[in-house]
Amino acid sequence: MSGLDVRLRARFGAFQLDVDFTAPGRGITALFGPSGAGKTSVLRCAAGLERAREGRLSLNGQCWQDEARDVFVPSHRRAIGYVFQETSLFPHFSVRGNLEYGWKRTAAGERRIAFEQAVEWLRLGPLLDRGSGTLSGGERQRVAIARALLTSPDLLLLDEPLSALDEEAKAEILPYLERLHQELSVPAVYVSHASDDVIQLADHIVLIEAGRVRAHGPLGELLTRVDLPFSRGDAAGCIIEAVAVEHEAAFRLTYVEFDGGRLAVPASPPIGACVRVHVSARDVSIALAPPSQSSILNVLPARVIDVTEHVPGRALVRLAVGGVVLLARITQKSVSVLGLTPGQPVYAQIKSVALLH
Amino acid sequence: MSSADWLAVWLTLKLATVTTVVLLIIGTPIAWWLARTRSRLKQPIAALVAMPLVLPPTVLGFYLLLFLGPNGPAGALTTSFGFGTLAFTFSGLVIGSVVYSLPFVVQPVHNAFEAIGGRPLEVAATLRASAWDRFFTVALPLARPGLLTATVLGFAHTVGEFGVVLMIGGAIPGQTKVLSVAVYDHVEALEYLHAHALSAGMVAFAFTVLLALYAINRRMEPLR
Repeated sequence: MSGLDVRLRARFGAFQLDVDFTAPGRGITALFGPSGAGKTSVLRCAAGLERAREGRLSLNGQCWQDEARDVFVPSHRRAIGYVFQETSLFPHFSVRGNLEYGWKRTAAGERRIAFEQAVEWLRLGPLLDRGSGTLSGGERQRVAIARALLTSPDLLLLDEPLSALDEEAKAEILPYLERLHQELSVPAVYVSHASDDVIQLADHIVLIEAGRVRAHGPLGELLTRVDLPFSRGDAAGCIIEAVAVEHEAAFRLTYVEFDGGRLAVPASPPIGACVRVHVSARDVSIALAPPSQSSILNVLPARVIDVTEHVPGRALVRLAVGGVVLLARITQKSVSVLGLTPGQPVYAQIKSVALLH
Repeated sequence: MSSADWLAVWLTLKLATVTTVVLLIIGTPIAWWLARTRSRLKQPIAALVAMPLVLPPTVLGFYLLLFLGPNGPAGALTTSFGFGTLAFTFSGLVIGSVVYSLPFVVQPVHNAFEAIGGRPLEVAATLRASAWDRFFTVALPLARPGLLTATVLGFAHTVGEFGVVLMIGGAIPGQTKVLSVAVYDHVEALEYLHAHALSAGMVAFAFTVLLALYAINRRMEPLR
């Protein structure tokens, strides 16, 4: 069995945790939910920092905890890397000392990331001999990420690594997390209550509410489910995983292709790069015929899946475009005028798209 | 100062050094346990450790005397091993001093361990460090200011000990006649000049030690 299998039941004070899910063995899984939902508790249990009274936990078939057999592998014997929410660097070591702490305790034969590689990757070279107290918030988190990676973990656990940072520092860290995602084969579990981070980074979502798993599945699928909170907020939309195929330098556009068609994106990722594009529900409108003269570049043939009235007067239409589900937020009047019904072929007009990475 | 006085000074320093070393070895684990445990025994043990702070030294000395004497449990044990009793010996003094100065070592170390909190140890655990490893590479280094305070206070407090020594040590020169007892004897014998020499030395010592302690603590603060 590949991935992190979690089945836990625990009581922390008055709080009851009862979760059951599998995080895939690749990519980033986001534990998403409101503050106090129990996301961090799940992560701490996965790391062995907390012990649930009942349950089973295994990574890639390797058992870490099984209360039925009284098995509990302590944290230091689990192949995890953990990045804590707030600064957690050892104050009595320099940056180098912090990085070396876990590195030295990882058997040479198990090391998959070279020391210099992690240093270069997170651009820590100039910081190596600094004391950890002299670093900025963003720098500290970069050191913490490198320190965790240097133990060559089978699973990286990130507990809201951005939440203690200001916007500037956040923007500094995000690219590193994206690269982590793209270049490193280490699967990660990422705790977050910010949907922006999740949409940007996650491949898989476990939605946790009040100590229970409300839903889990691939990001694209959960974002477009009308029964879940993602489709309700202002940020509602969908993501499309595509490949950059052509530049149009004169207009600073790049065409990206996915199985539902082609999109023009105002950015310049390298040709052949896998990109993630976000399409907001409020930027999608529906036409019955392809518009002939319009400022809108991205028009895709689609099929209506269903129509939901999510607030009085306004409807959320789910459209199938190839294998992708697109969300369109339109008025109930438009639904009636166009006579939209499930299965109907239409054209989705996309006013703007955002390239996430 | 007479050679007898120098002997008392030397004996005092020896007693304080041995006592401090013993105290750090047994006091640090006690402090660690107190800082980390969720046991119900925590409060009773903490109270027991703090008792020498409030008990008159004579009371402490009296019970130690009974404990170490030929009819006490420890005395019976040491006698059965052929060591005789420990009362009125240097070893007995070390045992008495350890009990007497225990809170002065345990409390600063305990406070230092508590100030570290659980997080650095959790971090170390996720970085593959075992419990012993975490203790020696994270807890002890981070508790350094507390350990230093404990060392200085344990040493200084043992130097200033009188009541307990008088009860279980008597005044055997070179064996149990420490500085404070020597001062007492000089005063009893109306040898005020000798008493002055030793007492003034003690006052200067106490002031210097405490001044150094405060200075060191101030310098260490930015480390935290």
